[in-house]
Amino acid sequence: MGQPGFMNIDSNTILFARDLKVWFPVRRGLTDILAKRPPLYVRAVDGISFDVKQGDVFALVGESGCGKTTTGKSVLMLYEITGGQVGYKPSQELMETYSKLGFKPEVITEFGHINLAKIPRKYQRPLRKEIQMIWQDPYGSLNPRLTIFEILEEPLIIHKYGFTRSDRYDMIYRALELVKLTPPEDFMNRYPHMLSGGQRQRVVIARALILNPRFIVADEPVSMLDVSIRAEIIELLMELKQKLNLTYLFITHDIAIARYIANKIAIMYLGKIVEMGETEKVIKNPLHPYTRALISAVPEPDPSNRLKMREVPIKGEVPSAIHIPPGCRFHPRCVALDEHSELRGLCDKSEPPMVEVEPGHYVSCWLYAKR
Amino acid sequence: MSEVILDVQGLKTYFYTSKGIVKAVDNVSFKVGRGEVLGIAGESGSGKSTLGFSLIRLVPPPGRIVDGRVIFMGEDILKMPEEEFRTKVRWKGISMVFQGAMNALNPVYTVGAQIAEVLMLHKGLSKKEALEEAANLLKMVGLDPRRVRSYPHELSGGMKQRVVIAMALALRPSLVIADEPTTALDVVVQAQIMNLLKRLQRELKMSIILITHDMSLIAEIADKVAIMYAGKIVEIGSSDRVFNNPLHPYTRALINSIPSLRKELKKLEFIPGVPPDLIQPPPGCRFHPRCKYAFEPCNKEEPPMVEVEPGHYVSCWLYAKR
Repeated sequence: MGQPGFMNIDSNTILFARDLKVWFPVRRGLTDILAKRPPLYVRAVDGISFDVKQGDVFALVGESGCGKTTTGKSVLMLYEITGGQVGYKPSQELMETYSKLGFKPEVITEFGHINLAKIPRKYQRPLRKEIQMIWQDPYGSLNPRLTIFEILEEPLIIHKYGFTRSDRYDMIYRALELVKLTPPEDFMNRYPHMLSGGQRQRVVIARALILNPRFIVADEPVSMLDVSIRAEIIELLMELKQKLNLTYLFITHDIAIARYIANKIAIMYLGKIVEMGETEKVIKNPLHPYTRALISAVPEPDPSNRLKMREVPIKGEVPSAIHIPPGCRFHPRCVALDEHSELRGLCDKSEPPMVEVEPGHYVSCWLYAKR
Repeated sequence: MSEVILDVQGLKTYFYTSKGIVKAVDNVSFKVGRGEVLGIAGESGSGKSTLGFSLIRLVPPPGRIVDGRVIFMGEDILKMPEEEFRTKVRWKGISMVFQGAMNALNPVYTVGAQIAEVLMLHKGLSKKEALEEAANLLKMVGLDPRRVRSYPHELSGGMKQRVVIAMALALRPSLVIADEPTTALDVVVQAQIMNLLKRLQRELKMSIILITHDMSLIAEIADKVAIMYAGKIVEIGSSDRVFNNPLHPYTRALINSIPSLRKELKKLEFIPGVPPDLIQPPPGCRFHPRCKYAFEPCNKEEPPMVEVEPGHYVSCWLYAKR
């Protein structure tokens, strides 16, 4: 979109993305090269902008394949960024570390945000102390051959946090207490398979927190857990946020969970943010036809629903991220376009700009933009 | 209730593992009427899938149905010889949409061929007739009939799930067991699949047993709900009664743990602790170690199933007389 105009970046902004693009090249065969066919890309994230303030819980919501996880991972510098910027407000400590190393990160705002897209690999490690990730699958993200103590000790050794084993023991003890795996000494020598799903996810959280990060990317942290345990983990995450003054980028497909945890929410569709704003505004008054479809599809525990069909105003299926429809990428599935024939020739040709419809509520749709 | 087509009485399915006997389904009884939808809810490990497998006699070893009766259309299907069950009941009478089945489609055959296989085997159709019927079935589940020639990798997750449902309906069974038919699907596709099940259930007047951990999905379709915990049904009744007047503390917590999108934000409830080990389940009521209302009889004696209001049963000492 490339419209930084709608963003308000100030000294409280801990992280922002500006026209962020992450494209993955599609492998080409010899015939493609000989025929000089242009290279193709999976445009997983295709120009998104958002800003996260200190203390926010910013939720990226969307269906599988919309690019929400890719966004989260590119913030963590786990993918090479194809275009755009990721601005991060570093801590004093990080800047001191960098000056000791003789490295000058690229500063891109007057508030001292540095561009994560341009940090060379060898200077990324000090940053990783500050930006951590909570992974989705507590069954796959813990090494089955290490004890909980060893799993939590590893980041401490890598980052040279705590010089003796007893320093590290104290840190691990405190981290386990923090995530309520008590008494900690009971858990330290266990292996992941000896824990329940909820307990494992607590270990994953403890591992993310043990280096005292400021910013956490949480990728579907409760989707693999039983419903009865989800609430407990959500509550723990909120409590830790308060206690440790954290900021979350929360990635989820479940808009109802986003409502419980996030103060700001962005709805993604096929690599773009289509709607964004304060959570309650977006959920109570969804503007984009896709957001409306997404919200209407969510089931509720109300038995009178069984008597009627659920109306989901959407057509067709998600197109491939290689061949993205021209114009508004949602237009082939949009029912609003059918009702507004005057928009034909616009939606399928040019991309709608992001406009602020009410204070703090943005949407990218020709129904709301000036033409 | 209309004509009862399935009557399960005291069903017990145990797994004989090297560590001990896992009582996955332990004395479960319920009835399903013709054209009725029963939702079975429970956490992972509550035995709900094993219950589904037991009803079509496909419990994987070392599991075994050890006791009870499953009366389907007036006959105890547990007493039938396997060959008779396979030709008369499985798929023709009771079929199942297995959890994750959409990922178990054979990648080297077209979906049409895979549906046709069932029809050729059970109905003795020729390959041509079977493929025609497969096309009809695809149309019935909302797919383009030309998709018979598609391979699974050419279909989206939602389309594959529709194929799997078409397979389950191929022989027009009276009862379909759907085990987590929408997990791994996106919410928009999930709503479409639930609508499809609802429409087919009405058109074909079939009965469905929907097995899921998601109470919201049960509310979408089920006339009756059974709540399973640690191998037992702890509460059963009409959807209206169970959702609007949940009795068992477990059911209440399960309903109150669902984050709501449309209602007022309220604090989510959670169930502390972990589900019990089914090799050595807690004595008395199996839920008592996690129950905030537990009192003196709960850890000693198993609560009986009592009818609190007409057709609404609960197994909890808060309601039972001693």
